[in-house]
Amino acid sequence: MTHAPAQVSYLDDGHTLRSWLLTTDHKRIAILYIVAITFFFFAGGFAAFLIRYNLSSPNGLIGSAETYNRLFSMHGILMVWFFLVPAVPVTLGNFLVPLMLGARDLAFPRLNLLSWYLFLAAGLVALYAIVIGGVDTGWTFYTPLTSFYSKGHVVAAVAAIFIAGFSSIATGLNFIVTIHKLRAPGMTWYKMPVFLWSLYATSVILVLATPVLAMTLLLLVFERIFGIGVFDPAIGGDPLLFQHLFWFYSHPAVYVMILPGFGVISEIIPAFSRKELFGYKFVVWASIAIAVIGFLVWGHHMFVAGTSLYSALVFSLLSYMVAVPSAIKVFNWIGTMHKGYIRFDAPMLYAIGFIGLFTTGGLTGLFLAALAADVHLTQTYFVVAHFHYVMVGGMVSAYFAGLHFWWPKITGRLYPEMWGRAGAIIIFVGFNLTFFPQFLLGYLGMPRRYFAYPPHFEALNLLSSSGALILAVGYILPLGYLAWSLFYGERAPANPWGATGLEWTTPSPPPTENFPVTPIVTQAPYQYRQAVAVER
Amino acid sequence: MSNAAAHDFQFASAEHQRETAISGIWLFLASEALFFGPIFLSWIYARHADPSAFDAGARQTDLMIGLTNTALLIASSFAYSVGLAYIGFGRRRGMVVWLAIAWALGAAFVGLKFGVEWQMDLRKGLFPGPNFGIHGPERSGAQLFFAFYFFGTALHGLHLVVGLGLLAWVIFRAERYTAERHSPVHVVGLYWSFVDIIWLILFPLIYLMGRAS
Repeated sequence: MTHAPAQVSYLDDGHTLRSWLLTTDHKRIAILYIVAITFFFFAGGFAAFLIRYNLSSPNGLIGSAETYNRLFSMHGILMVWFFLVPAVPVTLGNFLVPLMLGARDLAFPRLNLLSWYLFLAAGLVALYAIVIGGVDTGWTFYTPLTSFYSKGHVVAAVAAIFIAGFSSIATGLNFIVTIHKLRAPGMTWYKMPVFLWSLYATSVILVLATPVLAMTLLLLVFERIFGIGVFDPAIGGDPLLFQHLFWFYSHPAVYVMILPGFGVISEIIPAFSRKELFGYKFVVWASIAIAVIGFLVWGHHMFVAGTSLYSALVFSLLSYMVAVPSAIKVFNWIGTMHKGYIRFDAPMLYAIGFIGLFTTGGLTGLFLAALAADVHLTQTYFVVAHFHYVMVGGMVSAYFAGLHFWWPKITGRLYPEMWGRAGAIIIFVGFNLTFFPQFLLGYLGMPRRYFAYPPHFEALNLLSSSGALILAVGYILPLGYLAWSLFYGERAPANPWGATGLEWTTPSPPPTENFPVTPIVTQAPYQYRQAVAVER
Repeated sequence: MSNAAAHDFQFASAEHQRETAISGIWLFLASEALFFGPIFLSWIYARHADPSAFDAGARQTDLMIGLTNTALLIASSFAYSVGLAYIGFGRRRGMVVWLAIAWALGAAFVGLKFGVEWQMDLRKGLFPGPNFGIHGPERSGAQLFFAFYFFGTALHGLHLVVGLGLLAWVIFRAERYTAERHSPVHVVGLYWSFVDIIWLILFPLIYLMGRAS
């Protein structure tokens, strides 16, 4: 191990394929993950594009309902487990957790590399499942869609998710232990950036909820192979049991798909408003509250599945409670922007878009948490629009926001700002055009997951499909200019945004050991007013 | 990592690294506990739905082997704890002897469970399927009981076999451990005790609940 005074950046510390594929450097593993995740994002996106293509005509353009079922299943499975759940933690999280803590690496670097290989293996099995024909179960794998009645390749698809789960657990475990044990001197819990707190909350869910899904899927495969009724009512099982176990994981996992986004936004809003984060402790504890309450609301997915009215009442009430910490966050971001010196660079445009889209997605969630409204809206496009506002409008925007914000730190290059802003605006417009009509369609009664629909829904569906086209442009655009910036972008200084946080005190790109000298933390995070005073 | 005083570069000291490893394994075990959760939940739920059939299934199990196996596992964990105490005093020989005893007791469990008990169960036609040996109104519920039985014990057995591998690994690397530096011994020990605890939940589910009435 070299301790040479001349700092070698992590990108220049070895150029062989081996130095990448066997690296234990958290920064390189983040890059490996970015490559893998980008592939799955576009694969899942392609399926989405075909779905919207099909729905641009009332009778469907793809030709068979069977193919359509397989397409939306593939879209859901790839996007949930191979993009949304890992997206921010394994890329930005892997890169930034040690940097923000003032540490040299994660607590278990080899486990970190293992998690990438597990992810890769899971991805290959998923692709195999798709290539040999895919599944028509939807991403939720409900019985009886997965029973012998199903002609799809359920076992292969389930195996992929099972393996991906262990990759998630490894990452979550690594983050929790690292945040507990590897904070730099002076980095107390309340001096940590909110990004770390939200990843901590995320990791708790990953470590405690994912194993439940793993075992549930194992039971499902066991049922399929040996023909013993655990879930399948035709052979004596209980389909509701599957739904309970599935959502015990999958509802908390919904918060895995948004909490890291909250963290990203909480870093960006203060940096581009030149103000400290408003109500830091409230934002921090709101993340923890969401993680905890998130474990207690799974039953709201089963209001019409035949659960008891009393359990539905309790789950409805608890679901409303999630709105409280979520709203706290939104108010705090707006409070941060209030009277700030706001700069509209690309990360901030994404962040502002996030606030609007997430709030829309969150408020429509309250409609679905209300028992009576849910009976009308469940299984319609209203649900589809609701969770896409949170997952895509929220999380994907946050991912892009974070990617642009930390791009100079990760790559050592600046991206072209004009193109960045254009991309953010195109995505915002395309997104709303795609998904807002789906609220209306759902309210009017168009069910989700159908290959064809009555002609009077055609106008809104066409609007949605044309929005998808704009959205596709918006997603491909960053791929182009970010790749361009890798070769031709201006060299980035250590702190291009004038942001606070330890990651900005080390060169861009950081040296392999992150910090020449272990930093000592004396300040609370987000001390932007002082920074502004100095600049003037 | 090679010399005795070294620690991985992200840690401030060897002690720091040890503490971190211990917190890692505790968190892993929390995750494992939730991994087994759905089996226990489904098992208890299914039994609640059809108690008499589950009782009929449970009465076909061999309580004596179950009891013996429970004793073997508890004794094995005890032996491991003694070995851990020995290395705490820097006495490597004592550690190796007691860990070898722990390994042998664990291996005896695996032999008895899968080499003897499973074979008897299979001969009695207790594996679920068309040739299932229990007939009458309780057939389907008893079949489900044995589905959980084979699934649960197989998964527990897999954890045991992994544990035996880890124990062997610790024993073969015994020379590296000193009174101050032996966190792998500690970490494997926590895992080994956890596998015990899983059995202590499986044991009443398999052997006792059906015999109470």
